[in-house]
Amino acid sequence: MSAFGQVVRNEARLVRRQPTNMIGSIGLPVVLMIIFGELPSFHQPVPGYGGLILFDTYVPIIMVLGLTMLTLLGLPGPLVSYRELGILRRLSTTPVPPSWLLAAQVVVQLCIALAGLAIVNIASVAAFGAPVPKSPGGLALSCLLAIGGLFALGLLIAALAPTANSVNVIGRLALIPLLFFAGLWLPRALMPAVLLDISNYTPLGAAVEAIQGSVQTGFPPATPLLVLAGYTLVFAFLARRFFRWE
Amino acid sequence: MATLESPAAVSLQEAPAAAGRRPAVEVAHLRKTYGTLVAVDDVSFTVAEGEIFGILGPNGAGKTTAIECAIGLRRPDAGTIRLLGLDPHADPDQVHEIVGVQLQSGALPAKLRVGEILEEYRSFYRDPADMAELLDVLGLVAKRGDYYRSLSGGQRQRLSIALALIGRPRIAVLDEMTTGLDPQARRDTWELIEQIRDRGVTIVLVTHFMEEAERLCDRVALIDHGRVVALDTPARLATQARGGKTVRFLPSAPFEDRLLTGLPEVSWVEREGQHVVVTGTGELVNAVILALHAAGVTARDVQLDSSNLEDAFVKLTGKNLHTEGVLA
Repeated sequence: MSAFGQVVRNEARLVRRQPTNMIGSIGLPVVLMIIFGELPSFHQPVPGYGGLILFDTYVPIIMVLGLTMLTLLGLPGPLVSYRELGILRRLSTTPVPPSWLLAAQVVVQLCIALAGLAIVNIASVAAFGAPVPKSPGGLALSCLLAIGGLFALGLLIAALAPTANSVNVIGRLALIPLLFFAGLWLPRALMPAVLLDISNYTPLGAAVEAIQGSVQTGFPPATPLLVLAGYTLVFAFLARRFFRWE
Repeated sequence: MATLESPAAVSLQEAPAAAGRRPAVEVAHLRKTYGTLVAVDDVSFTVAEGEIFGILGPNGAGKTTAIECAIGLRRPDAGTIRLLGLDPHADPDQVHEIVGVQLQSGALPAKLRVGEILEEYRSFYRDPADMAELLDVLGLVAKRGDYYRSLSGGQRQRLSIALALIGRPRIAVLDEMTTGLDPQARRDTWELIEQIRDRGVTIVLVTHFMEEAERLCDRVALIDHGRVVALDTPARLATQARGGKTVRFLPSAPFEDRLLTGLPEVSWVEREGQHVVVTGTGELVNAVILALHAAGVTARDVQLDSSNLEDAFVKLTGKNLHTEGVLA
């Protein structure tokens, strides 16, 4: 097996052996989906949403929730602890650069992210009667851009957090406003205009809007896609600028 | 290089590395500063191939910074570095293939198994060591399937040394490899290092244990305040530190070392090319000359060095070599 393959393999083993982050990013969304799917109140139509019931509007929120848990905690956590433990430094004395470890983490976490998104999306349609996405291509693009923006944010946290413990603090603090504007507590359909405007320009608000649009109407509007692409570029630039290997 | 007005200056010049071997490590006038802090002021040394070379000094002396510059982890402000002729900053890829490094206090992921870690690092090199053999040499065979977090301090240290050796390096750099180990584990590690050297690997050890340097190293550079304050064989450094003397001479005819090692005044006998260097105490010169005369050998070109390293060290640094070296 190639050296990069070996690095990915061990990173995958570590994720499997410390499944906390998989539970947060796949288990939690699945549990929420089942709870919301069983609650009668979630089967009421949402006014002004073309006959969609509340559950349907929550599917995109649950999808981005899992993705956010993964990228705010699961992605930066190992990277920061590798820096703390001197593993990145050790790698820089070998023929393999420490950036391979970062790349391997991204590969492994990307697999988890895609699995989580696919499970929630497919199960919500198959088991709870959510609508089949009108634009599968738009949905895929929306998900990829959401992954881009959030992974870049995760790497920025990895760049800025001095210790693995501080990743948890930063991640959890960032999680609350991000999820609020995704509509976790107050769905975007029910948000006052001011909050909705703000939500449209937050990473998770834009992600939910793009996913919701792909499911409900067809190819999503340009604005949320551009917002997500912009966050990807800005966070990636900042992460690269501030990342320390030791 | 520090200069001294006392006779100690003679011994502070670098003793010649074993004759006929080419240098594995050449460091000349290395300097590294962090803002106003001078971590490494001016460090030069040469390590011959197959040598175990020690870098000794109190904590904060600049040992680790010097070594991190030498292996290419840090860019020095000034100075030249060659590892088997290669510049680590110009040819990092080639240098990483031939230089194995064990850094101070480097941990590994808790939930990876010993074998998995070794397999991963093994894949980084073009011509890696045989894993089973390496596990055997390092006494880790039974631990192959164990998680890193279940290893004892000594086992972790040995795994760390294994990772430094898995690429079959020509040079191994080991920083504080026995710090935190119990005495038995420390002695086991020393034996291991000697075995590795016997396979032709050049070893650079960073340590602050005088005993470790004395036991293992062919030569030792003593660093303080970012400078090499002494560079010699540990025997001579130690003897000098205890107030011993050194006689260097050219014998008129060959003789066996035990002619002199049996004398109560003599601590060590070494050969430097044609010259013989005898280290000891008391009336050393008389005892040596008489013993040689009795065997029909004449000593020519006799040089006596009665300098005291500890005096020199105190004079240079204001510190006591032994207490700083051991307790730091």
